[in-house]
Amino acid sequence: MNRFFFRRLPSIGLAVALLFPLLAACGNSDALVIYSGRQQALVGDLLGKLEKELGMDVEVRYGGSAEMAAQLLEEKEPEADLFYSQDSGALGALTEAGKLATLPRDDLDIVDKRFQADDGSWVATSARARVVAYDPKQVSEQDLPSDLDDLLDEKWRGKVGYAPSNGSWQAFVTAVRQLKGEDGARDWLVKFKQNNPQAYENNVLIRDAVDKGEVALGLINHYYYHRKIAEEGAENVNVKLHYVGGNDPLALINVAGVGVIKGSDKAEAAQRAVRYLLSESAQQYFADETAEYPVREGVTSTKHDLPKLSGIESPDIDLSSLSSLKETLALLQEVGLS
Amino acid sequence: MLPEAARSAPAITIAGVVVAIAAAGPLGYLIVRALDGGVAVALQHLWRDRTLELLLRSAGLTAAVTLVCIILGVLAAWLVVRSDLPGRRVFGVLFMLPLAIPSYVGGFTWISEWPGLAGFWGAFLVLTLVTYPYVYLPVAAALRASDPALEEVSRSLGKGSLRTFLLVSLRQVRPAALAGGLLVALYVLSDFGAVSLMRYDAFTLGIYTSYRASFDRTPAAVLGCVLVLLAVAITVGERRARGKAAAFGLTRVGSGAAREAMTVPLRRMRPIALLGSAALLLAALGVPVFSLLRWLTGASAAIDVPVLLSATWSTVEVSALGALLAVLFALPVGVLIARHPSRLSRGVELASYAGHALPGITAGLALVFLGSRVFPGLYQELPMLVFAYAVLFLPLAVAAVRNGIAAAPARLEEVSRSLGKGRFETRLRVTFPLASPGIAVGAALVFLTAAKELPATLMLRPTGTSTLATELWQATDVGAFGAAAPYAAVLIVVAAIPAVVLGNVFRKSSDAGSGGGR
Repeated sequence: MNRFFFRRLPSIGLAVALLFPLLAACGNSDALVIYSGRQQALVGDLLGKLEKELGMDVEVRYGGSAEMAAQLLEEKEPEADLFYSQDSGALGALTEAGKLATLPRDDLDIVDKRFQADDGSWVATSARARVVAYDPKQVSEQDLPSDLDDLLDEKWRGKVGYAPSNGSWQAFVTAVRQLKGEDGARDWLVKFKQNNPQAYENNVLIRDAVDKGEVALGLINHYYYHRKIAEEGAENVNVKLHYVGGNDPLALINVAGVGVIKGSDKAEAAQRAVRYLLSESAQQYFADETAEYPVREGVTSTKHDLPKLSGIESPDIDLSSLSSLKETLALLQEVGLS
Repeated sequence: MLPEAARSAPAITIAGVVVAIAAAGPLGYLIVRALDGGVAVALQHLWRDRTLELLLRSAGLTAAVTLVCIILGVLAAWLVVRSDLPGRRVFGVLFMLPLAIPSYVGGFTWISEWPGLAGFWGAFLVLTLVTYPYVYLPVAAALRASDPALEEVSRSLGKGSLRTFLLVSLRQVRPAALAGGLLVALYVLSDFGAVSLMRYDAFTLGIYTSYRASFDRTPAAVLGCVLVLLAVAITVGERRARGKAAAFGLTRVGSGAAREAMTVPLRRMRPIALLGSAALLLAALGVPVFSLLRWLTGASAAIDVPVLLSATWSTVEVSALGALLAVLFALPVGVLIARHPSRLSRGVELASYAGHALPGITAGLALVFLGSRVFPGLYQELPMLVFAYAVLFLPLAVAAVRNGIAAAPARLEEVSRSLGKGRFETRLRVTFPLASPGIAVGAALVFLTAAKELPATLMLRPTGTSTLATELWQATDVGAFGAAAPYAAVLIVVAAIPAVVLGNVFRKSSDAGSGGGR
């Protein structure tokens, strides 16, 4: 018996060690629960500051925005008090399902009308601009495209990088549909495809492909460029950015935003969290740490060379409509660009 | 009228049926969701011209990957167990490790080194390289457990090594190879990581697009039902093909003359075999590891030691607990299938496989739906995550355990019963020890697969807990590959744990087999 016991001791020890957390498992029901579709590397520090600011425990779950929206829709009682999304589409889906509470007018008024839900169910916390990344060794400044149709020029054949499965690309195509109409959008996409654009999995790969000169132009979001500079140093980065401007889909501005879950028993704390994310110190964080555009007037980045958001012309489209991507995807499938 | 199995072994039948019901839980969710808007709407989602096209593309990829994996897996196992390949012990462990590489990491490393690979061949390559161990492991276990006497007889009758391999060894491992092939097929059907990175328009892409673009869960559920039907068809096909092959070549037991399992000299083929094995490992392990090393030189490369340690511990913990529970679930199912074949036991087997072709996001949402309703107190707690792994990866354990039990001679159980031992004691002291190599393989497969699981882990993990896979995803998602590299590297190291444990189990069981009793 003794021998048996001692020979088995390591296994028994391991079993107890493994089972211990099972017994100790318990949730903290007093904490504010945030479902964050934005990554910890981007907003982890900020949400840490939020915890101090609120003076209460904050539990954050990280995941993909779309997956978390689906999860919130499947939960019997939503576990989260606050949903922090990478894009307006996921927020729009929750609004449509009636899962988001209306935010106080005071908070909404901080932010430009372009960057909030019509019914006040969500508000943007930071913004990103679509830009054209280019390789200055191949493209001189005067040759840069000044609107959507310039991209169809023969000189760009096989030289434009895009990310067909990426949400930002799909939002861009939705903007093309809104500004050019269905037929105009189909026509543009067909011609774009005929010009043999190069597909990449995501914006990071496009950015690096342009940097290496694999393609001359790339359709990406602005901050991938600033993060590369922060990571590798300006002297080691070849790729440059071009802001198209005007009422053109290439100048689309998309947002990350936040909404309070309807029926949350910590709605008051959740609203204070929203107010904090719109505060000057949080907005400064976006401008400096994530290289995004602050949505509050008067905040400028001390680290990155960002053009002012209010100075960037953007197309006049309704960001909530970016949640209805069905028609966009149908069109992309039809054209064969999905 | 009770089925035969229920009368001859009531306890095991009840346990098997309970497991089957748990495993079929996600299917219940799927049907509820698919019929959300009524049958007509469901049919409308189904009846799109793209549905059939995507299905055919997925089926083609699945067939190609499965076939090549069976060939690679059987060859690798034979070389390690039966041949005089130099360094075969080391190869034996290394061949397992690619299973720990998530297909999204494999896909990402290949596509970033060779962008031209995108499409069918890229997806085929990556999925083959990460799934062939599903065949290799069970086949190696079957070869180790099988009696080499048959092969010796064949050789003594003048058949050469090649003909002996084809006529005897291959038939001995057929059930294990087919079972592994089934696991490969279901993995490929459910995979999203590799096909999306390689931009191969597969069925799961349609499912993900439905979630990500329209936030509509109904079409995704309808398409999920199609995958379930396909999984059922493949599972039934595998069972037919397996047939009675299990009776060929039984486990070597008892106190025979003590001898090492003989090795077959490769002779002139030796350099080729060595080169082939090295090439396989270079592609399956070398390329990802090379990419990881390059990532490590990036500026975001900073190792957050406390986070890395806690993620490593959580990964080992949840994967080990998941493997343990999956094996516990698989034992009654395996006994039922191998020892009490009946319509009921076939139903239990099917139920345990059916959900395995579902992509992680659908399976995860199913468990969110069920968990937040049936066990609200445990939702997003550790037990729920462990239970999820056990249900999601049950087929991996069932396949291995069933093969182990089927290969153990039933007459030894009869001897035990005739000596007055009860049914339960016989199972505990005769059946399960004989099947231990199979059981160990099952646990290893579940451990390795759970360690890299992402979508369900993200949804069900306790808030604040992270695993290596979730940390890896966090870093790569923001393009911080330098920060991601340590997590991927440790994931591969963690995978070596079951590899080494398995080596010990095999050595012990072969000592027990050839060493003259215990």
